[in-house]
Amino acid sequence: MNFTLKIWRQKDAKSKGAFETYKVTDISADTSFLEMLDILNNNLVHEGKDPVAFDHDCREGICGMCSLHINGLAHGPGQAATTCQIYMRKFKDGDTITIEPWRSAAFPVIKDLVVNRGAYDQILQAGGYVSVRTNSVPDANAIPIPKADADESMDAAACIGCGACAATCKNGSAMLFVAARVSSLAKLPQGRVEGARRAKAMVAKMDELGFGNCTNTGACQAECPKGISIAHIARLNREFLAAKLQD
Amino acid sequence: MNCFLYNSSVGKKLVMSISGCALVLFILFHMSMNLAAIFSAEAYNMICELLGANWYALVGTAGLAALVVVHFAYALLLTINNYRARGKQRYAVETKEPGVSWASKNMLVLGVIVLGGLLLHLSHFWAKMQLVEILGGHESEVGGQMIAATDGAALIQYTFSQWYNVVLYLVWFAALWFHLTHGVWSMFQTAGWANDTWYPRLKCIAQLVSTIIFLGFAAVVVVFFVKANCGCCC
Repeated sequence: MNFTLKIWRQKDAKSKGAFETYKVTDISADTSFLEMLDILNNNLVHEGKDPVAFDHDCREGICGMCSLHINGLAHGPGQAATTCQIYMRKFKDGDTITIEPWRSAAFPVIKDLVVNRGAYDQILQAGGYVSVRTNSVPDANAIPIPKADADESMDAAACIGCGACAATCKNGSAMLFVAARVSSLAKLPQGRVEGARRAKAMVAKMDELGFGNCTNTGACQAECPKGISIAHIARLNREFLAAKLQD
Repeated sequence: MNCFLYNSSVGKKLVMSISGCALVLFILFHMSMNLAAIFSAEAYNMICELLGANWYALVGTAGLAALVVVHFAYALLLTINNYRARGKQRYAVETKEPGVSWASKNMLVLGVIVLGGLLLHLSHFWAKMQLVEILGGHESEVGGQMIAATDGAALIQYTFSQWYNVVLYLVWFAALWFHLTHGVWSMFQTAGWANDTWYPRLKCIAQLVSTIIFLGFAAVVVVFFVKANCGCCC
């Protein structure tokens, strides 16, 4: 398969970026999207040009490092998949593919397609943890947890913090990420204790870092590679409002 | 001001949710009141008389005006915040995400149309009814004839005999329909009263409420237009 790639190139955070066009040829349909970019970079290096910078790590959809806005969609075509799980068979031979970095004021571009997602780490540092000594792994049945609660907690914990939610949201809102973190702990007895403090601290940090306000479009849920539901945002709203009303 | 309703994103959205809920309830009340005009001009005028320049009607009007101002001011505030959060550099290519409604992404534009329609409506009715009474008058000139401030039925008859008013009002109601299809379920989500089981139900309720409101208001406009322009058959 042959493709024309329109890729955002930006030397560093302060430089002005622009799209550059590249051609890649003889790409197997079973090549992953990131492998296709590896092939492009290999060609660029052979030509003595600067390779395209892009984030990646595990390449199996669990680390949350890969990003990329491909043809107008976070993580490209196909639902519930990260960029590294997208294969070139999702595209048609001869397609022009536009590749952009996450666009959000809270995710400044570092280089080309790499953005700084440290804002998510800062939100986690504000309260996305349980502040008790956990020691070794406890006995599985020591604290009985209803199956439905454990399932909901696990669904929320599936969030890999890739940033697709804020990157997709027209408001640049990080509510789905914050909600997933708050929800995964709020549904468990160990996390419940600090629920009020956590919701207030994480929302305050999210606002301080300049993320936008959720207007319930549901775009984050549609583009989340882990299919996190906006029901967790409703829970975050409940947790936050109940905590504030108790102040 | 150190209040979460002003300085937190979730608090600001709660203000939008509560003010929006109050406005929806008022719209339902207004629609029910309007329907009386189809069946009896006397009944409708009786309601108009009840809601003249009485103290409770004036308090209600002031409350509604405050709700509209708060709802719109917060909408602007949130939109400015969101615009900044999105950053200066926008995506070159944007694709519609599956399951995301057009209305949900255009609430401010729809809100501006709704507000424009409201101002037109106030100039057509409120300015010739309650405002006249507040200013100490009892009637005003409409279309070359004097109409009493409590004769709402005559005002409706005159206003909707003009085709351009019918078009403007129907566009207004359509914008309101779109606004409410998202706004009604969204206010529950913002207040935290939603989950995966209730989303289909809440979205169904939102469609029902907005459609009932649209049809209720549009019925009055269409019926009076037909009555005025098709005298031989009605």
